[in-house]
Amino acid sequence: MRELHQRLKSLFPLGELTEQRPDLGFVTVPAEYLRPLLLQLSDREGFTHLVLLTAVDWIEDGQFQLTYLLSNRGAARDLGVRVMIPRPANGLATMDGIHDIWPTAATYQRELREMFGIDFPGSPRVDEEFILEGWIDKPPYRRDFDTKKFSEENFNHRPGRETRDPEQYMKQQLYPDGK
Amino acid sequence: MSYTPDRSLYPATRPDGTLDIDLTSGKYLKLWQGPQHPGITGNMSVELTVCGDEVVEGKTHVGYLHRGFEKLMERRTFIQVFPIVCRVCVPEPDFNEYCYAAAVEELAGIEAPERARWIRTLILEMGRINSYMMYLGGQSGAFGLGVIGQWTTYVRDLMLDRFEELTGARIYHMFILPGGVRDGLPEGFEGRMEETLREIERTLKDVEEVMFRNAVFKKRAIGLGYIDPALMDTYGVTGPNARAGGVAKDVRKDQPYLVYPELDFEPVMGTDSDCYARADVRRRDVQVSVDLIRQILAKMPHDGPVMAKLPNVLHWKIPRGETYIRGECSRGEYGYYLVTDGSGYPRRINVRGPSYTHAMALLERLIVNVNISDVAGLMVSLHTYPPEIER
Repeated sequence: MRELHQRLKSLFPLGELTEQRPDLGFVTVPAEYLRPLLLQLSDREGFTHLVLLTAVDWIEDGQFQLTYLLSNRGAARDLGVRVMIPRPANGLATMDGIHDIWPTAATYQRELREMFGIDFPGSPRVDEEFILEGWIDKPPYRRDFDTKKFSEENFNHRPGRETRDPEQYMKQQLYPDGK
Repeated sequence: MSYTPDRSLYPATRPDGTLDIDLTSGKYLKLWQGPQHPGITGNMSVELTVCGDEVVEGKTHVGYLHRGFEKLMERRTFIQVFPIVCRVCVPEPDFNEYCYAAAVEELAGIEAPERARWIRTLILEMGRINSYMMYLGGQSGAFGLGVIGQWTTYVRDLMLDRFEELTGARIYHMFILPGGVRDGLPEGFEGRMEETLREIERTLKDVEEVMFRNAVFKKRAIGLGYIDPALMDTYGVTGPNARAGGVAKDVRKDQPYLVYPELDFEPVMGTDSDCYARADVRRRDVQVSVDLIRQILAKMPHDGPVMAKLPNVLHWKIPRGETYIRGECSRGEYGYYLVTDGSGYPRRINVRGPSYTHAMALLERLIVNVNISDVAGLMVSLHTYPPEIER
């Protein structure tokens, strides 16, 4: 993994290698170098399988981390490529799509658009609803989306369902006479 | 005399690659297969555009089963996540438990005991058989062979009995938790498992005779849904779908985990990459799992701890880090990407199910030019479970 990192570092401004396991590493690359790096990995280094594409919301840093996890089956190793992009408090973040390299990426990008508010202009059906229907609130997988508040505002409380303090409830059940 | 198909009724392709479908022309019809349909795999639907009885475009729609698991997990402590991960996938929930537990163990620096690793492998193989049995029933049912589903449901039920005595539960076992497994094997388990395995083998022979040598099944499944082996990586195809096309993708061999390096087996391969080949690979894969269970029961240690010592789980904080753990489930590569930030809660968990690619981009490609009556058979042949798409 270190040799691979050295080879790539001579071509791209990569960050330090995080060697999680002998067969799994993570590197960070600036957003503008993502595409050439992914093409180098898929065409020259045997990382032909896009395992997943997902995002992590680092709200305190004002950044989204996009993780492109690639696998080289022949060499039995995986490389996670991290890209940090600005996270606007309101509105969409933007990133270039990679659906022309891996068609399956279009599905991931569509999901990220809906769940995190990260747009991939030009990605097929990226503006179509994927999982949510008629969603008008902020993207729900962002850290500042409050599920409880959303539920209380949008759904009616069903009578008959009470929340009890577990300690008091068990005490009442075990010692009904209070002794 | 040569035959030239009349393509005048087919839609033209726009420069951006999408089809120019004019629904007012009277040539095309929109048809929804699902979400309530016997020929659909779970809670999803396919929006078909048909010309006559032939599909010209298909779009997968999900969202009928979204429960926001990944968000739920972020709001729970590491041990509170454990009971909900299995609910991501009903027919084969144990991979969620294993992948989550292994990811937490790796980031927390915990090693599961040797005996727990053997029991985990046993459970994963038992789950694989269950999942394949559901598949065989669904695949044959999609082509009108209803009785096969009754046979496979019967033997699946026997395996559920073994799950029940081992874990206390039939569907959601909640047995593989961070640190190990909840218990060892009950007394006499090996003998009862052997009886179940024999019954499975006997049923497999019947299935082979009645389904795989059936003229109707062969005529409809051979050649249906061909996946070009060159597209396996491009479309993220893994597991039996890839192996049926001669691409030997099996995580158990490619990146061995648990005790698979100590077990003797070869991944089942096919060549034709069509619906029949995929069904055949899965049928033979059941036999591999049966053999693996026998090996595990013969080789596994019968005493020793099954749980590592965990910190106080109510105040359990895991250092900042990220990892990815994968396993070979019955449908292909199943994985968990876990990110921690040093707090008592996961920062992010992403579930990578094989259906995510198989039921979306791949199905939408394969479905074009398929007859309406074969759509169900094609879908089932990819062995997709919608909850993995909309975790």
